Amino acid sequence: MPPVTFNIWRGGAEGGEFKEYRTEVTEGMVVLDAVHQIQAESANDLAVRWNCKAGKCGSCSAEINGKPRLMCMTRMSDLPVNQPVRIEPMQAFPSIKDLVTDVSWNFEVKKRLKRFKPRKPDAPDGSWRFAQADTDRVQEFRKCIECFLCQDVCHVLRDHHKHEEFIGPRFFVYSAALEMHPLDEEDRLEDLKRANGIGYCNITKCCTKVCPEHITITDNAIIPLKERVVDRFYDPVRMLLRVIGG
Amino acid sequence: MSSIQLFRPRAFGETSRRDIWWIQPLAVFLGFSAFIVYSTWAAFQNAHYTFGPYLSPFYSPEIFGDSHHALFGPKPGWWPGWLPFSPAFLILWAPAGFRFTCYYYRGAYYKAFWADPPNCAVGEPRKSYWGENSFPLIMQNIHRYFFYLAFAFIVILAYDAWKGMWFEDPATGATSFGIGIGTLVLIVNVLLLGSYTLGCHSLRHLVGGRFDHLSARPGRMKAYHCVSCLNRKHMLWAWLSLFWVGFTDVYVRLCSMGIWTDWRIL
Ligand code: SF4
Ligand code: SF4
Ligand code: FES
Ligand code: FES
Repeated sequence: MPPVTFNIWRGGAEGGEFKEYRTEVTEGMVVLDAVHQIQAESANDLAVRWNCKAGKCGSCSAEINGKPRLMCMTRMSDLPVNQPVRIEPMQAFPSIKDLVTDVSWNFEVKKRLKRFKPRKPDAPDGSWRFAQADTDRVQEFRKCIECFLCQDVCHVLRDHHKHEEFIGPRFFVYSAALEMHPLDEEDRLEDLKRANGIGYCNITKCCTKVCPEHITITDNAIIPLKERVVDRFYDPVRMLLRVIGG
Repeated sequence: MSSIQLFRPRAFGETSRRDIWWIQPLAVFLGFSAFIVYSTWAAFQNAHYTFGPYLSPFYSPEIFGDSHHALFGPKPGWWPGWLPFSPAFLILWAPAGFRFTCYYYRGAYYKAFWADPPNCAVGEPRKSYWGENSFPLIMQNIHRYFFYLAFAFIVILAYDAWKGMWFEDPATGATSFGIGIGTLVLIVNVLLLGSYTLGCHSLRHLVGGRFDHLSARPGRMKAYHCVSCLNRKHMLWAWLSLFWVGFTDVYVRLCSMGIWTDWRIL
């Protein structure tokens, strides 16, 4: 197989550019392998973050031919190699160096969100009882590996930089996992509407499309939360009933 | 985040994507535009909306109008003379509002008609952004009320399909059971519209999604699973039902104009 050309973004917070590299691609290689090979052969100082190479740690997020993806889960055989493969860092977060971005904003957001608040234990030994059927719905959300690809593709963050007012799809998934949990007693609706900016989501489903864990982010987490927010803040009949009912 | 240097947002249409990303929003744009143009034209016609026992879904229920389907007789006297009249004007706002505020359609037309974004990971034309967080789009939260109306329409259209099975003998005036191609068109119409309407996200929430302890409510649990099942293919139902409701009007119209023949099966 002839060598494949890669255009890899090199630079940091002050700016950067695409540099061209060529390397041999062999059977079974993923994009992360190719990047490591380039690092070994011709760019020893190329910065790339990775850890598990198994699609589970969420470290190797980048944009491959314009699509947010995990480098370790993108097979070279699935990419057209008759033209250069373009690899660049996530666009919704500040650059550190080359393919590595600073995703710490996400951890700050998570600290702000209300924690899990279970009701009092059901049994004297401090344990709870609940039906499996009631947690089936939130199980999907727990697959999240915090790769932040959904945050990266969401135009509210990526293009409009609403990082102060909008927590992004990853944290709607997190909020949904807690809010819909049968044991949880916390009330997050006020926060979702105001501080967390759920109204900014305009249901493009881009987050759902890029999630490597195939979490149905928009349909199963965001829209159901939006509907709960409607119950509380926008449905006139429900609001009236609440006033009458005290 | 303002203190941190982010990448420059991409310019309108700028992207590293290699696929033909504009095809999908373009198809949505053309599909919706074609439907809007046709349905508006059809609503203005105020003619050829019935044929035999069939009534076009664009004109059902016919609250006032000239056909034998009209519930309260012809155009009311209070209707302003300068305002064009069509039975379709009285009702079409409800299904139109239902589709306009539908979660699937919202995501689709924000992309196709407003380029917000043009497609995923493609640069946008405008810097400012309010989303559905403030007026006017905050009004989309009214969707569940359109659902209630749309549900009533399903019942009415099912009744129309039933009436489409009873043909009048022109000689005797007696009605007898029968099935024409038009009957099947009306039945498919109500099935597709039903599958779209009953897969609505608001309904999914109302029947069960709003409860965290669904297992304590077995009836709701079943209903929630049924709605979720339709909801998984909500986009597909949205498009099929949109196409078919337009086709149903075309069918009745062309039969009424004598261009198509309505073959009787039974
Ligand atoms: S569906 Fe909402 S949260 Fe997901 S990418 Fe689109 S705007 Fe962002
Ligand atoms: S929801 Fe999916 S895309 Fe978003 S951070 Fe979790 S695993 Fe990644
Ligand atoms: S290296 Fe862990 S997800 Fe790719
Ligand atoms: S969400 Fe599409 S019809 Fe309600």
